[in-house]
Amino acid sequence: MNLFKRYLGVRQQPEADLIAIASEGEGEPKGAFWRRFRKHKLAVAGLFVIGIMAVCAIFAPWIAPYHPSAITDSFGEGPTWSHLLGTDQVGRDVLSRIIFAARVSLSVGIGSVLISAIIGAVLGLISGYFGGWIDGVIMRITDMFMSFPYIMLILVVSSIVGPGLKNIILILGLLGWPGVARLVRGSVLSIKQTEYIKASVALGYKTPRILFNHILPNATAPLLIYATSGVAGAILDEAALSFLGLGVQPPTASWGNMLASAQSLTVLTDKPWLWVAPGVMIVLCVLSINFIGDALRDAMDPKNRK
Amino acid sequence: MSEAITRSAPSQTPLLVLDQLKKYYPIRKGLLNRTAEYVKAVDGVSLNIVPGETLGLVGESGCGKSTIGRSIVGLERPTDGRILFEGADISKLSGSEMIKLHSEVQIVFQDPYSSLNPRKTIGSLLAEAVKVHRVVPSDKVVSEVDRLLDIVGLPKTSKSRYPHEFSGGQRQRIGIARALALKPKLIVCDEPVSALDVSIQAQVLNLLKQLQKEFNLTYLFIAHGLGAVRYISDRIAVMYLGKVVEIGPTKELFRNPKHPYTRALLDSYPIANPHLRDRERIVLEGDVPSPVNPPSGCRFHTRCPMAQAKCREEEPLLVGEGDHASACWFSH
Repeated sequence: MNLFKRYLGVRQQPEADLIAIASEGEGEPKGAFWRRFRKHKLAVAGLFVIGIMAVCAIFAPWIAPYHPSAITDSFGEGPTWSHLLGTDQVGRDVLSRIIFAARVSLSVGIGSVLISAIIGAVLGLISGYFGGWIDGVIMRITDMFMSFPYIMLILVVSSIVGPGLKNIILILGLLGWPGVARLVRGSVLSIKQTEYIKASVALGYKTPRILFNHILPNATAPLLIYATSGVAGAILDEAALSFLGLGVQPPTASWGNMLASAQSLTVLTDKPWLWVAPGVMIVLCVLSINFIGDALRDAMDPKNRK
Repeated sequence: MSEAITRSAPSQTPLLVLDQLKKYYPIRKGLLNRTAEYVKAVDGVSLNIVPGETLGLVGESGCGKSTIGRSIVGLERPTDGRILFEGADISKLSGSEMIKLHSEVQIVFQDPYSSLNPRKTIGSLLAEAVKVHRVVPSDKVVSEVDRLLDIVGLPKTSKSRYPHEFSGGQRQRIGIARALALKPKLIVCDEPVSALDVSIQAQVLNLLKQLQKEFNLTYLFIAHGLGAVRYISDRIAVMYLGKVVEIGPTKELFRNPKHPYTRALLDSYPIANPHLRDRERIVLEGDVPSPVNPPSGCRFHTRCPMAQAKCREEEPLLVGEGDHASACWFSH
């Protein structure tokens, strides 16, 4: 009991801390996010690659040497100076098609993940935070969605609503959220027990503020990882759907349907330029996005001082 | 209940009255999730806190002291009983009324490492509290945050920093600044120094004392160690298994503990002077009984060295002379 009397002399606490803080220098600099991001060399490369792809997609009409569905005078020829990546059997320039296809693939990837991330995050937040019967209802719906074979469901839905870019984005987006919801709910369950959330409640913050301003930022790490792998997955799903003929319809080019149209044995063995280029683009894009996701997760954590 | 209510120290109108507060947590069992039993965390506690005083609440882990604190700030809904703040029952408020209450009653948590959002800078943390409750006009928010940091003795440069960049004591002061942001009347301090080094504990306690004088604050100070409580409290309530067993002015309670449990708590504190160590001590054995099935009669009888047959059968009430009361058959 006398312990505290002994420390009565320590009344000048502020000074002691001023020194301690001053010696640490300035607070978190504005560029800290970038500094942490830059530590991932692969992510910087990935950002560069995705940047080029995005520029190509946006400015496709000015960058592509030919119109993507224009028929030129060479048919199924390998790379030449006038057709850097050769031409397909119909006589269309492969490079131009790849550039235009970036539009389709990137918008499918990013668009569908945005939809599923938003739906999943909101449902996961609500489910995890409120618990009880709300949680039960949302999670049973999630279970229902998850118990269908994914590709089967996509095939059925896309054959009903019909193929097309917009439909593909919606289908992939509306079917992709259960995983996100599960993931977010899991982190919310642990975050809502923390004292800083209790403190927010005690401070009288309204529930939406607590959910989106306090819980969500702490649940972004798993969400980001999921979203980036989701972008990659959506691009691959679109490729798979196109391969099966239910994706983006020809003559519109997507990396997936370019691969699909190169599936005959003679093309596979004799005309590799028709499938190597779109394949490489898919791989590059998926890898880059995954690397960026890793770096984002680390960069967004203020505790990360590497 | 009335005998405890009259037990408030000075004859002022109390700021906070707990009237037979009960909080039971259901234990659900079986396939149908039927409620089989209840954990009686708080089982009929009546307390008064008058403006400007510090009431210390002590007891072992699990005796329900934190539950009381959380009920007062609205983090728990009491199962039964009333919580009167300035005469109005706050235990059954609706959402929006609750939000208004929050600017009057605030809480400082035990663990300074988990009580600050790791993704927010100290500046935005404090500014948010100020902005949400419109404590000051929006153009004065920045200077208000500076003022809050200054009050708790942190430099203005802390604003752009994240919680992990601070030490435990500094974080606890940020927690105190956040509680002060709403200009509350009552602050529930839920073991605010238990997680800190002893030297830092003294700093934080002194800060709390100084703030109390400056802003005329009222504290409910929850702790499991008597040292900090003795230093800061005007009155102390000792809890055991969800009930208050003794309450009285700090000096009086330390000089003349009436309840054997209080005596045991005092005796369990190490004594620096070796010559004073030979006195008779009550040393408790065994664990606290389960709050699911608390012992009959006096809840302490299973561990009490003075227990008699009467203790097993009848429950003693909290009675005493003046403002010092205890719930024991043999203390009067």
